[in-house]
Amino acid sequence: MRRSNHRFSGTVGSLLLVAGMVITGQAAAAEDPISAGKKLAFDRKKGNCLACHHIEGGTLMGNIAPPLVAMKHRFPDKAKLREQIWDATKNNPRSIMPPFGKHRILSEKEIDLVTEFIYSL
Amino acid sequence: MRKIATLLLSAGLVASATTAIASSPKEDLEKFRAYFEQKFPGLQLDDFGNGAYALDADKRMQWEAMEEFPPYDEFVDKGREIWEKPFKNGKSFADCFGKDPSKVRVRYPHWDAKTKQVVTLEGDINKCLKENGEKPFKWKKGPIAWLSAFFGYEARGQKINVVIPDDPDAIKAYEHGKHFFYAKRGQLNMACADCHVKYPGHFIRGNLLSPALGQVTHFPVYRAKWAKKSKDGDGLGTLHRRYGGCNKQVRARPFKAQSKVYRDLEFFHQYMSNGLTINAPGYRE
Repeated sequence: MRRSNHRFSGTVGSLLLVAGMVITGQAAAAEDPISAGKKLAFDRKKGNCLACHHIEGGTLMGNIAPPLVAMKHRFPDKAKLREQIWDATKNNPRSIMPPFGKHRILSEKEIDLVTEFIYSL
Repeated sequence: MRKIATLLLSAGLVASATTAIASSPKEDLEKFRAYFEQKFPGLQLDDFGNGAYALDADKRMQWEAMEEFPPYDEFVDKGREIWEKPFKNGKSFADCFGKDPSKVRVRYPHWDAKTKQVVTLEGDINKCLKENGEKPFKWKKGPIAWLSAFFGYEARGQKINVVIPDDPDAIKAYEHGKHFFYAKRGQLNMACADCHVKYPGHFIRGNLLSPALGQVTHFPVYRAKWAKKSKDGDGLGTLHRRYGGCNKQVRARPFKAQSKVYRDLEFFHQYMSNGLTINAPGYRE
């Protein structure tokens, strides 16, 4: 009896563990790279892309830089888009766009996420 | 190199710090003004003194409403009281600046041949206090801004008239200020000129960028943003307070108010607005 009890709680424990993993998994799925990138892009202290760019769903958007639309058309190569975010002054030394990677405004991982989001626009 | 030169040209930043293209202050001024006049053909020269409000009708209406009962009035009055109050030694500011307070603002900034440096109005206010055994004011806000605003108010209608003498050291100070103005700095890698020469009239988030031409006419400035931060609604601040704020916004370490760097910057910056009418203090968001 004792034994089966023990086994039972063991089973419950495993079930809970599995359930927990599923829940965690779901949370991670909700935070897919594109929406994580969007959060960073819209955050004033992070990408703050809206300071200069129009992005669908944004508010109080700047108009210094081109609206971010049809990005796959403009940057067929995602790596090129990432490079532009990492250091826009490489293509144009006078660009007003902050060099997000070169000046470590965002981490490499954050730039990956922002790239995913911008590429999806 | 040719490509870079083309980029500089297309950005309208010919007068940048590249030593290859040396030009006199007078030539710089002509180019600077012509650039803005071409960029905003509808504006008269003095309109530039109204900054972003010259560029946006809605914002201008709100601003004009504010200027009807300006929140800076009480602080200009405080400046007048400071002007009138004698020092402990019986002398007063009039002994340093002359009896007519309307003739003060227009003399600054200027080059001092003896000390070989740029002298600002705020610098001379504190010099006057020290020479008379009084405690100098803090540099960026409070009494120094009130008195400076009073001098500006009294000088309304007169024109900015900064003289860059034909003295190699004065030219060096001017060039230093010019270099600062066009050089990128801070983690965000932005120059003063990026926002205020290349993109005035554009929005950066909800803020409309002002043209560099005319910025100095309304300083000290009363900013609603600064008033909100203060306990008693005092939104007045000096030009160097604003420089520090701009530097922080591009995530650069600000220099000290009245440091050589900012005085040289002011020398260049004010000179570029020569001929524009003083309308200090101005109200800004």
